[in-house]
Amino acid sequence: MGLDVMQDNDFIAERVTAIIADQALMDPSDITRDSRLADLGIDSLGLVECIFGIEEAFGVSVPFNANTPEQPGFDISSVGAIIAEVEKLVARQAA
Amino acid sequence: MRRVVITGAGTLNPLGADVPQTFAAMQQGTCAIGLLTCRDVDRLSIQIGAEIRGFAPQDHFARNTLSLLDRFTQIALIAARQAMAQSGLEIDEALGPRAGVILGTAGGGNTTVDDNYHTVYAEGKNRVHPFVVPRLMHNAAASHVSIEFGLKGPGYTVSTACASANHAMGQAFHMVRGGGADVMLTGGSEAMLCFGGIKAWEGLRVMSRDTCRPFSRDRSGMVQGEGGAVFVFEDYDHARARGAEILAEVAGFGMSSDAGDIVMPDRDGPVRAMRAALADAKLAPDKVDYVNAHGTGTAANDRIEAEALHLCLGADAGVVPVSSSKSMHGHLIGGTSAVELLACLMALREGVIAPTVNYTEPDPEIALDVVPNTARQARVDVAMSNAFAFGGLNAVLVLKRAP
Repeated sequence: MGLDVMQDNDFIAERVTAIIADQALMDPSDITRDSRLADLGIDSLGLVECIFGIEEAFGVSVPFNANTPEQPGFDISSVGAIIAEVEKLVARQAA
Repeated sequence: MRRVVITGAGTLNPLGADVPQTFAAMQQGTCAIGLLTCRDVDRLSIQIGAEIRGFAPQDHFARNTLSLLDRFTQIALIAARQAMAQSGLEIDEALGPRAGVILGTAGGGNTTVDDNYHTVYAEGKNRVHPFVVPRLMHNAAASHVSIEFGLKGPGYTVSTACASANHAMGQAFHMVRGGGADVMLTGGSEAMLCFGGIKAWEGLRVMSRDTCRPFSRDRSGMVQGEGGAVFVFEDYDHARARGAEILAEVAGFGMSSDAGDIVMPDRDGPVRAMRAALADAKLAPDKVDYVNAHGTGTAANDRIEAEALHLCLGADAGVVPVSSSKSMHGHLIGGTSAVELLACLMALREGVIAPTVNYTEPDPEIALDVVPNTARQARVDVAMSNAFAFGGLNAVLVLKRAP
């Protein structure tokens, strides 16, 4: 059970990283959990496309509004933060 | 060059079914935003908008005509009828070729597209109504206005997203001023509050789920509306010769392109458009008594528009009343600046400035007098109306009190 969750989370991290890499026109191996989207050259439109990619990939609905920069509902401060948020959304959906 | 005046105004929008109703609602600070009633609304994540309520098309159009008219055309025709009636113009054989129409719309017959895609894709039907094309085309409204009133001069449609109506009215202004026509019907309309229209906007993540609160610190995005307004722009000498009542003078028009980002607002483009409009009107920035802002209620637009206003108006920027009537009628996309010009007319003619409603707290990054929540009495001799479109296309009109 614990192992499954870990495998699921590896899968989530991989997919989220791939989506972000695709948007940044970078190789996924060049992206770390500490990477910040702005530093990867992803602007607000790119972010909206990432969110869309995540929703499509995991069948979830991301609470994201471009008008609230602090994004209380969905932490976008780093790639790792986004992965953690997606893990929560996927877990909540499975529950 | 000729001077250009407004001799008629008409509207159908979420605040009212004519100009007096709209003025009354603006003065009361009415917010027309409510729950949407379109098909499949339960599948929308954004379920609010400013709809025109209580509008019965069959009361205005014969049944056999109605099958040719998308909602955005119905709105334009009703507004044009009111404007023509107020102007008192008779379009005879001599004036017909000297009269034209330029209207703005962003989505054109969006509802017709949505309905008929539903028919062929969702319902699996292989046949659509024969008039789908003449209903959905962006020039349908302008064409029907020309047909109804016999306007045989220049006629076309301008489509520049959220600045469509201002670009259209600017072109009509140029047309009359330059002598290409004596009379132009102009403005814009939009009817995009259908499932597909809202669904497309949802994707951008800029729509509010609660309400439209421009310039407020807690603003949460834009809210769509539907409707439009149409004006009669007329050569001043022509209007005076026939003893027409003059509602206001169109004093200047300025436009610019950001040539930057496809959706992110820019400061420089709007500054150049506002400066161009004031230069065209031969007015110094300190002559502006009221600004109807673009004021969409998104985080980015409102902050950057405030910066642009400071650059354009200088020291006066913090003092001049700047309001966003979108807080009341929503964002009518291609028709919005036509309805917003009504707020400028109201300020010039009735001495009442439309408020920015739903305002809860100041944003430290926005040092403007946004006329929060309550309409204000003020003498206004010069009003400026901003429209800054997606795609970075900006259009600004300046009106002056009737000569």
